[in-house]
Amino acid sequence: MRKKMIPWLFLAPSLSGVMVFMGIPFLDVVRRSFLNAMGTTFLGWDNYRAVWNNEAFRLAAGNTLHFLAVCIPALMAVSLGLALILSGMAKGGGGYGVIRTTMVLPMAVPAASMVLVWKIFLCPEGVFNQFLSGITGQRWEIDWAFSGYAFPMLLMTYLWKHTGYDMILWLAGLGTIPGELYEAARMDGAGSLAQLRYITLPQLHGTFCLTGILSVVNSFRVYREAYLLAGSYPDSSIYMIPHLFAHWFLNLDIQKMTAAAVMVTAAFLLPTAVLWIWRKGKA
Amino acid sequence: MKKRHVFHTILLYGACFLIWVPLLIMGAGALMPEDELYWRYLSPLGLGRDRVRAALIPSYPSGDSLGELLIRSPGFFVMFWNACIQVIPMAAGQFLAAAPAAWAFARFRFPGKRLLFGIYVILMILPFQVTQVSNYLVLDGMGILNSHWSLILPGIWSTLPVFIMTKSFETIPDALVEAAYLDGAGEFYTFFHVGLPLGYPGIATALMLGFLDGWNALEQPVTYLKDKNLWPIALYLPDIAKDKASVAFAAALITCLLPVLIYLNCQEELEQGVAASGVKQ
Repeated sequence: MRKKMIPWLFLAPSLSGVMVFMGIPFLDVVRRSFLNAMGTTFLGWDNYRAVWNNEAFRLAAGNTLHFLAVCIPALMAVSLGLALILSGMAKGGGGYGVIRTTMVLPMAVPAASMVLVWKIFLCPEGVFNQFLSGITGQRWEIDWAFSGYAFPMLLMTYLWKHTGYDMILWLAGLGTIPGELYEAARMDGAGSLAQLRYITLPQLHGTFCLTGILSVVNSFRVYREAYLLAGSYPDSSIYMIPHLFAHWFLNLDIQKMTAAAVMVTAAFLLPTAVLWIWRKGKA
Repeated sequence: MKKRHVFHTILLYGACFLIWVPLLIMGAGALMPEDELYWRYLSPLGLGRDRVRAALIPSYPSGDSLGELLIRSPGFFVMFWNACIQVIPMAAGQFLAAAPAAWAFARFRFPGKRLLFGIYVILMILPFQVTQVSNYLVLDGMGILNSHWSLILPGIWSTLPVFIMTKSFETIPDALVEAAYLDGAGEFYTFFHVGLPLGYPGIATALMLGFLDGWNALEQPVTYLKDKNLWPIALYLPDIAKDKASVAFAAALITCLLPVLIYLNCQEELEQGVAASGVKQ
């Protein structure tokens, strides 16, 4: 009996806090999502219908999915490429440490510190436009952060900040692949592409899941860059779920917020549950 | 083979170059006198429209804007200390709450473990704005809105540190833990004398990431703190007044100084900690 209690004793401090600050209030949010603004009348699915038919919600949800679908593969591919190249370099070799330190450095730099620099590049009189004017001979005066190109700009700041962290994750995964596998493959005459395809990538499966999860966690922090660069009302191409919630919060639109919070949570829960069941089936 | 090596080296240093250039531009801006800043960066500072003349090194290096910021801007100091008051107890609390929980997830079997861990992962992924409604209701109920506590308390229960520490504790060889039990060590003794020392890189990593995230936080203070006297340093730049624009670069530099120093000091732990979290599934 005592033995059974021990894990729960270890869990108690964390679990009680999570329950008080997230669990119980979330149940309250679910309850409120079915009520009117005063919390007096049961409305059924009305709030959910209102959110679902809300154009801003559709725009924000679509953009968020678009951002996740583009940025996470891009981030994972770029960081994996750099990790593969870096792991090919001799560990003690010149520059290895400098490169690693440099790549992770942006993670420590607050978004607020970088905004001015991004503006130097992106503003109408900025470096990007000067460069483009220089090579095309025409006058470029796009305000990149507010234009239809805001999306690639956001992708750029996201990659700049998070590539290094993902690269270290990949490097750690690469470090666990036994060298004998490659030796055996080389004996069999496998080229470097075949080694990548049949050894490296399959062996990185575990790291792939972890890097994916942590990249999703980081992807929502891009709101900070978006907010600092383009304010609360950015170009419609980068108007995302966080912007929408921020507006509803300002308007104290509790009904919409609660229903949307439940919907977004469900949107995360569903793929996770599917993945979980799928992996359980495999094990 | 040789050619490819050269190409790879160029690629890696190219990536480093892309990281260094923006940082150098920021650092150079911090060391420029006021008139040079206005000449180069009128548009980015939002003071007018003129061609940007970006520079990696100031033409007339000067400590004026740093001095102005550090000596004649008491508001900046207040915000610096606010950030420390909010972030350091938060990280300490994360350690106290997350380390034992992570130990439970990593070393024990108990009913509901996988489900509970799944819930922790979901909570870790959900963006702040989605949990903000729930959080706001609790903080309001406790009457601690508009105080440092409204940032510290919810921050402590972030589940990201639990996740990272769990991954790190999982890499401790079972044999070591069992040896401790065989020697008659109790559960808590084992946690303190085997778990904490061996899981140290993961703990340091989790706390460092927690610190960085707290130091960068914009959404939480803007939402929970009405009183601008409580605002942390990350909000100094977004809220900077036009007549203080000349110290903006200096403020950017000082704002990132502490997190960067912490990163450079904890780099080894970070790499080991990340490595631990990346290895075992």
